[in-house]
Amino acid sequence: MNPLTRRRALVPAVALLAGALLTSCSSDTPPDSPAGASQAAESDKGGDKPSKFFEQAEYERQLKLGKETPQGPAAKPWEQMLEPEMTDTAQYEKKGSGGTHLCFSNAGVFNPWRQVGLKNMKAEVKLHKEISDFTVLDAQGKDDKQISDIQELAGNKDCDALIVSPNTTATLTPAVKEACGKLPVIVFDRGVETDCAVTFVNPIGGYGYGAVAADFLVDKVKPKGKILALRISPGVDVLETRWSAAKLAFDKSELDVVDAKFTDGDPAKTKSIVSDAISRHGSIDGVWMDSGATAVAAVEAFEDAGVDVPPITGEDQQDFLQAWKDKDLTAIAPTYPTFQWRTPVIAALRILDGKQVPKEWKLPQPTVTQANLDEYLQEGMPPLHYAMCGCQDMPGFPKDWGGKK
Amino acid sequence: MSSQTAEKAQASTAAPYKRVVRSLGTGAPVYALLVILLVALASTDPGFYEPDRFLAFVKRAAPLVILAAGQYLVIVCGEFDLSVGAIVTAGVVAAAEVYGSFPDAPWPLITAGLLLAGAATGLVSGLITTRLKVPSFITTLGMMLILEGAVFFWTGGSPHGQLAEGFRQMGRGTAMGWLPWAVLACLVAGLVAVLLMRSDFGRTLIATGDSERAAALAGVRVHRARVIAFVLSGAAAALAAVLVGGFSGVSAQAGRGYEFEAITAVVLGGVVLGGGRGSVVAAMAGAFSLQALFTLLNLQGVSGALESTVQGVIVIAAVGLGAADWSRLRRRRIHSSGGRPS
Repeated sequence: MNPLTRRRALVPAVALLAGALLTSCSSDTPPDSPAGASQAAESDKGGDKPSKFFEQAEYERQLKLGKETPQGPAAKPWEQMLEPEMTDTAQYEKKGSGGTHLCFSNAGVFNPWRQVGLKNMKAEVKLHKEISDFTVLDAQGKDDKQISDIQELAGNKDCDALIVSPNTTATLTPAVKEACGKLPVIVFDRGVETDCAVTFVNPIGGYGYGAVAADFLVDKVKPKGKILALRISPGVDVLETRWSAAKLAFDKSELDVVDAKFTDGDPAKTKSIVSDAISRHGSIDGVWMDSGATAVAAVEAFEDAGVDVPPITGEDQQDFLQAWKDKDLTAIAPTYPTFQWRTPVIAALRILDGKQVPKEWKLPQPTVTQANLDEYLQEGMPPLHYAMCGCQDMPGFPKDWGGKK
Repeated sequence: MSSQTAEKAQASTAAPYKRVVRSLGTGAPVYALLVILLVALASTDPGFYEPDRFLAFVKRAAPLVILAAGQYLVIVCGEFDLSVGAIVTAGVVAAAEVYGSFPDAPWPLITAGLLLAGAATGLVSGLITTRLKVPSFITTLGMMLILEGAVFFWTGGSPHGQLAEGFRQMGRGTAMGWLPWAVLACLVAGLVAVLLMRSDFGRTLIATGDSERAAALAGVRVHRARVIAFVLSGAAAALAAVLVGGFSGVSAQAGRGYEFEAITAVVLGGVVLGGGRGSVVAAMAGAFSLQALFTLLNLQGVSGALESTVQGVIVIAAVGLGAADWSRLRRRRIHSSGGRPS
């Protein structure tokens, strides 16, 4: 076990090693490169190269959609649609009697957002008596498993319609294409690179989310204020679009983004990053976040440093809304609403009835503000619940969502 | 401070600087590295050594230091414990779940419960490793997967409760208004580890790692020593869970990656993988070095993605430097390895 040849390392050698490590860690590549393995997340250096995830036309479209009034019942945003282009579905009308069997290939339930979403979907299914069976296959975040899940469900004679929430965009495209030839397919949340699905359900999107949060800070923070941007991880399209829209807004403003850091969604890491930023820059005047999972940790970092919490952007997670109210924060919470999990079920039933649905079903993306905070903050819900679930009036609420009444 | 017996007879004739180097044992490089990093931090950020700031740094390092001390006990007797990260996660989530059901539970009870559960987990790993002869690498890897799966199954990935303020004080609050409780916990754990390694138990643990057969022939109950090491490692991980949960609140990934950070810290401290040599103080210094390095990278504005890269380089470099043959650069010295004639 114990190599007798082992010798003690020389102190100078270690000094050299440490020196080498320290000098090798200061590159200037922009933070937008998705590799994430050899970059300095120093956004005020050389960050002018547009991200490869940025599409000007889509950006402009989303900002425009954010100002539109959606069609449909205002009290049921999950049934609303923005600028719909309807498509005929008469060919998919279900013949014969008997209940409807809906099948769902889920990318996974690997985060609280997806867990709340799946609960919404299951509750929606319960609302419709005509659905006799609902089969869910969970891909556990693995592309290969989801490909075989989709093949299995598409080849299953019992499935009347297939709902897909793709794990990744490109890899799942062939499997979805194949399924489209066999039964009506409804894609939601992330997209795929084919328009063979009868409808693609998704909210306004990442540009809209990022811009709402950035515009709030531009409005609330004094010019020349120092902004800290906290991102989860590089290379994820839905998150990259949020950041690129925010970056555009900040570039146009007089605010100074002093740091853009990746937190991996880890609260301890977030706290460390924020306290380091406070000490490094003397003060932070605003915090922009691409998601709310670690917003409370960021707030606590300011408290622990003994300074006031500056204007901060979060998300509709219960713990953040609670902290917002309790600590009287200056905050905003753009959402990527979990109520979108209800819509595919509604869409599937309309398709099987032969009723028209939008080719792309664009859902509204409400924002939690100081004005409507009390409307969304519900006492007794678990800390990782998402308030924009559209589930408040569903049977089984709040118990089935982990809440207490 | 070194766990090795200083070779007094030789040392008295050696030059003073050699005596210093020798008393540091295999940990010498890590102290040098730590000093370099602390100097680099001071030059990067002049305010780093203000009492508040420095104590905040120690507070942040505390969980890793405690984990490294626990991991050291296991590694020095020739084993591995890969389950500590999962114990941290499970501890934080379990506490949140208990508070979800009993919001008024007294925090000392929860903390004691976590420590006992951590020790019990270590006991299971230790017994499986020693009695069933399953290599500890496999045992604790399995334990890690079991715990991670159990946590996910139990919570559906999103814990139900909030950690109570009282419970969070240990990781977040301060005693007497200036000294973080986490720093105190870290000091106490470090002191216990040092005293433990200076006791007979510590010596038998090193002897076990050095040569199991020789130790057994000399009357050491090697199985018992190893099981105790696992139990202590599990309890240390549970204490780290209390600190991590207190510091950052509920998270279903609270302990992710901690097992490798702890092993990196121990290796950085010059502790030989496979056991038999190294000091617990050096292992804890390794943890401080790692945290100092992360802080420095952060202050330099280096992306977090590089942290793991740097960690990998460090592990390989530390073991490589330790194993290299420096004899051509200086006169060969004969090591005493824990009193065993070599």
